[in-house]
Amino acid sequence: MNRIVRIIGMGILLVAVFDCATSSRRQTNAATLASQQTAQEMAATVKIDNFSFSPATLEIKAGTTVTWTNLDDIPHTVVNDDKIFKSKALDTDDKFSFKFDKAGTYPYFCSLHPKMTAKVVVQ
Amino acid sequence: MKKEDEIKFDHNGDGIDRRGFLKCMAWAGTGTLCVMNGGVMKSFSLSRLGELDPAAAKGELSFVQISDSHMGFNKPANPDVIGTLKAAIEKINALPGNPEFLLHTGDVTHLSKPEEFDNVQQILKDAKVKDAFYVPGEHDVAIDEGKEFLARYGKGTTGSGWQSFDKNGVHFVGLVNVMNLKAGGLGTLGHEQLEWLEDDLKAKKSSTPIVVFAHIPLWSVYPEWGWGTEDASQALAYLKRFGSVTVLNGHIHQTMQKVEGNVTFHTAASTAFPQPAPGKADSPGPMKVPAEQLRSLLGVTSVNFVQGHKALAVVDTNLG
Repeated sequence: MNRIVRIIGMGILLVAVFDCATSSRRQTNAATLASQQTAQEMAATVKIDNFSFSPATLEIKAGTTVTWTNLDDIPHTVVNDDKIFKSKALDTDDKFSFKFDKAGTYPYFCSLHPKMTAKVVVQ
Repeated sequence: MKKEDEIKFDHNGDGIDRRGFLKCMAWAGTGTLCVMNGGVMKSFSLSRLGELDPAAAKGELSFVQISDSHMGFNKPANPDVIGTLKAAIEKINALPGNPEFLLHTGDVTHLSKPEEFDNVQQILKDAKVKDAFYVPGEHDVAIDEGKEFLARYGKGTTGSGWQSFDKNGVHFVGLVNVMNLKAGGLGTLGHEQLEWLEDDLKAKKSSTPIVVFAHIPLWSVYPEWGWGTEDASQALAYLKRFGSVTVLNGHIHQTMQKVEGNVTFHTAASTAFPQPAPGKADSPGPMKVPAEQLRSLLGVTSVNFVQGHKALAVVDTNLG
């Protein structure tokens, strides 16, 4: 939890630095780099390919945004078993994103092909 | 007719002639006619249709089934699902004996979009049939839980589109097994629909021929790919007392059939794209076939019923 607070705190600080119009070029570059790293830490992707989600189990930290991309030539959906998140039908190359704020295990499936199941584990 | 082309099923209600079933399977996709007569089922390849009693081929009630038109699909191997659906309608219009009506066993559209439904409606206007009945596939309920589908095809139906009607002494039941699918599961009819079915069949005499149509197969074709219906056994239990039951499904984009006791199961080809045989590919995704082969793997199904002869003939015709 402390770590999460630290990361968020750092993000706010970096945004503040970034926003400061009078910062030197060097400072701006450093801030941009750092904020990219933060964004990377807080984003994750899942591929939908060949009628499966990969990775089948995705472990992330709370606050991470997960983006699913459908690479199949058939539509799929991303639907949590408890309907906490539910995508529309994703055609080829369509994406769906959801931000996970709370720790827990989120099983999900494709409501068109329910044999396709996977989960997101949020720490 | 060659001796080895004849399949006879011991129709005593307790089993399947496995050898015969496999033989029938071998013909899937090339065109098969199965005629049930006095409890004995015979199969003919389409090329031998001429040897069949013309009365049995024509029948007193004739209707057609099309399936999985997937309007909106535009990937290999079929970038022109409009063209292949039109070809299917031409096949129907060229059938002998003028089919009375048409059944569409679902996946009318690819993504439940209004314009996709519009396209199908426009093309089906050219079908020379008096009536058409639809049950949804999972692609027809993907966006709005089937609202658009029911707005167009739901007239006179109950629940999510369950329906029944009588034609020439045959009782038809349309079931919906694509709603509220559960993670890891198969097609589902649900408790409410099963109760409706039990009630619907109550008043029917056991001698009434029954035709059930639904999108996902009501028998376990290949559960690993979700090709089956979770609670179909309950529906089949209600159908057990009837002497003649024909189940028509789609979903798997290939023709296949099975006989179990009094029930004949049959799946129709798609009018849009073929799918692999069970387990013959990594996934059930569309089969990419050479353009010149495509239409031989798509098709329409016609069904003839002859009253008094206890005969019901199912014929698959490809679009080639």
